[in-house]
Amino acid sequence: MDRLSFEIENGEYLCVLGPTGSGKTTLLRLIAGLLNADEGTICFDGKPVNDIGPHARNAVYVPQQYALFPHLTVMENVAFGPLARGKSEKEALEIAMKNLETVRLAWRAQSFPNELSGGMQQRVALARGLASGAGLLLLDEPLGALDARLRLDLRHRLREIVKQSGMTAIHVTHDRDEAMSVADQIMVLKGGRLLDHGVPHRVYSRPTGIFVANLIGGASFLEGIVDATTDAASVVRLRGGLRIKAPPALHMLDEPIILGVRREQVRISDRNPELANVLEGEIREVRFLGDSREYLIRLTNGDIIASRHYSEGPEPRFSAGDKVVVEFEEGDVLVFEYPTQGLRKELEMA
Amino acid sequence: MQGTRRQAANSPTILQRMFVQLERFSARADVTKAVYSAAVAFFLFIVISPAIAGIVAQFLMLPSLTLTAEVAARMRAAVAWSFVIGLTVSSLDVVAGIPLAWLIVRRSGHAVTVLDSLADIPFVIPTVALGFSILEFWSTPGGISTVFGSGGLVAPGTLLIMLLHFAFSYPVIVRVMVGEFLNYRETYEVAARTLGASAFTAVRTVTLPILRPAVLAAFLLALARSLSETGATIVVAGAFENGTVFIKNVRDAGLTAAVVTASLVLIAASLVVFALIKIISPKLRVAPLRIWPSLERKLSSRPVIISRNALSLLVFFIFILLPCLFIAFPAIEAVASGTVAEAIAGVGPWKTFWSSMLLSYVVALLATLVNIVSGLPVAVLIARNRFGQRATKVVDALVDLPIIVPSLALGVSLSFFWGNMGALPEFWVLVLAHTTITYSYFVRAMAASIQGIAPELEETARTLGARPLRVFRKITLPLTKYSLLSGAILVFTRSVDETGATFAVSKALKTAPVLLVDWIRGTVHVTASERALGVGFLVVTSFLALVVLRLITLRRQTRRH
Repeated sequence: MDRLSFEIENGEYLCVLGPTGSGKTTLLRLIAGLLNADEGTICFDGKPVNDIGPHARNAVYVPQQYALFPHLTVMENVAFGPLARGKSEKEALEIAMKNLETVRLAWRAQSFPNELSGGMQQRVALARGLASGAGLLLLDEPLGALDARLRLDLRHRLREIVKQSGMTAIHVTHDRDEAMSVADQIMVLKGGRLLDHGVPHRVYSRPTGIFVANLIGGASFLEGIVDATTDAASVVRLRGGLRIKAPPALHMLDEPIILGVRREQVRISDRNPELANVLEGEIREVRFLGDSREYLIRLTNGDIIASRHYSEGPEPRFSAGDKVVVEFEEGDVLVFEYPTQGLRKELEMA
Repeated sequence: MQGTRRQAANSPTILQRMFVQLERFSARADVTKAVYSAAVAFFLFIVISPAIAGIVAQFLMLPSLTLTAEVAARMRAAVAWSFVIGLTVSSLDVVAGIPLAWLIVRRSGHAVTVLDSLADIPFVIPTVALGFSILEFWSTPGGISTVFGSGGLVAPGTLLIMLLHFAFSYPVIVRVMVGEFLNYRETYEVAARTLGASAFTAVRTVTLPILRPAVLAAFLLALARSLSETGATIVVAGAFENGTVFIKNVRDAGLTAAVVTASLVLIAASLVVFALIKIISPKLRVAPLRIWPSLERKLSSRPVIISRNALSLLVFFIFILLPCLFIAFPAIEAVASGTVAEAIAGVGPWKTFWSSMLLSYVVALLATLVNIVSGLPVAVLIARNRFGQRATKVVDALVDLPIIVPSLALGVSLSFFWGNMGALPEFWVLVLAHTTITYSYFVRAMAASIQGIAPELEETARTLGARPLRVFRKITLPLTKYSLLSGAILVFTRSVDETGATFAVSKALKTAPVLLVDWIRGTVHVTASERALGVGFLVVTSFLALVVLRLITLRRQTRRH
């Protein structure tokens, strides 16, 4: 963790996104009090909690494999938190039952965890977290152990339940679609550093850097040099003399920069281009992705740009070798500083 | 030298050619079948059956097995005491051993590393030596009593037997629990902590219940050792009798009927007790979850933890470490008195002593070799479930038999069995008896270790074109090498240590610990310093043997990394 600082509002649902080894789990364990920070402060409601042990932190950690206690029933698992916090047995069982009803598992209260399916176990883990009476829910890849289909079904249900409970949640994941669709706020981590923090749409449309742009949504990156810049727009010169109009940015003339273009914002046309940027090229590869097709186009200067097309028919509109024209809006071009260690290094996941 | 090596690289050596031949052989189904059948047959007919058949046959054949009322009463009391002592001591061991294991696993630093090694000391000292050491420490004017100024704090008898058994079972518990704590997935405890449980609550309600099978296994191991131990128990028993001491006494008195009956009763009782504990305890549901937050939070506080650690350390030092190491004092005194020169010259009692030592180590070596050769296939069969579900379970239970049943009783059976066979020389009966007694240790260690290897590794090697023997040599064996060596070490030390079965089968031949029991009890006349020095020699040699074996293990390991 390196100079990482952020705040989370009560009741907010925050998603922490980052590749393996970016420090997501470490962050959760620090907040839960399972690790001690070498320096820096962690505050709950404005009060520092660094010296408070995990049992008194009021933050409940839900590990990726759930850690349901195998020797206790579902009911006892969920009642564990209230009992540990001093509730009477009757009260604890009531709270547990209520939360099991919330996740629709009251009927399995007397089962043992190993008798439940993966999805059910996940819901019990959630109920146990909700029942604990803590204010902050720390979810470490909560859907990571489930198969793809179930993951889609459960993520909205997860958000809904957490929101109903009024708890604040920090949800760690490496799945950007999951993060986008459930988060109030998204935080992107890499190598223990905070790269971006904001509402999902802002992080998607105006990412703070190349890494974030690539992690969230992906883009084609082109190297260029600032050719002209005014208050209204910049012109960037690519290799081979191609020119691209981009939004104005605080860059000097002749400064090397990186441009990013989202593939869903690149159009391929065979005639009458109408957008601000128009480039010629040749189709290199066509990839079928189920709901869409992705075309890789080699521009005349050798750079590769990707374009994604939804709702096409059974046959692709273009095939490898076709000469085409690609076009995209000036406003959709993302402008980034040239990374000190080069583009390839910047895009590495770890 | 270099020339021959180059040659070896170019043309295959005889050994390599032999392996290629063997590998080709191993791919044939009939060959594999023959190897496995031979190993199983050896296990069933040489290792296990004689241990039961001998005594059953004797029981059926003896014309009259009526005991006098007095002997029968003595027997009942002795067998009952065996279980009272075993169950009490094993429970105390669990209570005292778990906190120390916890301390070793959860703390770090040099002191803990040293403590970890110290906890193994009772393993290293042969049990007879331990018995002598404990006798000297607790019961003689030169021991702990020098502090209190009396003639001896604990007289030989029940209490001293308990102190002895507590000391030698303790490291078993600590070892097993340290291993379990290390393998334990801490996430359960972590989850409990963030749910609001204090450290004490988390361990009491989550960690220990999850590790219950391991605690039970450790308890049963301790119980089995307590029920089985003979030589050292005789040394500290005084006039008191538990099961094994009783059998030894009536055997010395020539009461065959009592020997047979008591052995049978002891075998049956052990089997029943172990079966009951094994079958009932997994079915016992732990009491419903209760938590006392404020009390348990207090128990998790620093002062309580410090005093708990201090208490565990105190128990360890006073009841385990000091009595174990006390042997050093009389031994050093004996060295100073000049007995060493006589001993090395082999004068007087030392002549028989050295031949006993030689006998002990030769028997141990042979028993280990037989175990490795005959046990490996059985371990593979168990680990890979090759017999099918049900038969594997039966073999599995049979393998444990030599641990569960007191070795003296097994020895009685073996001596009848091989005695009736007649032709077998005593030396080989001794080797076979030691093989039976130690059989579980090697097979258990190897089976567990092989089970830990993903079968996919072996399967992949097979599809890459390796024949079964090659897969075993190049994949299975390298991955289980450490367990193989530690299993072999365990067998070797157990064999050197063994007294019960040896008492029962030996007539003219005496292994070192058996001879030393005679020395300490005074049935053979020796001086005090000869006695101490003899025990000292046994400790030193078995320690050296262990160090040598450990060094070999270590070197193999570092070479692998």
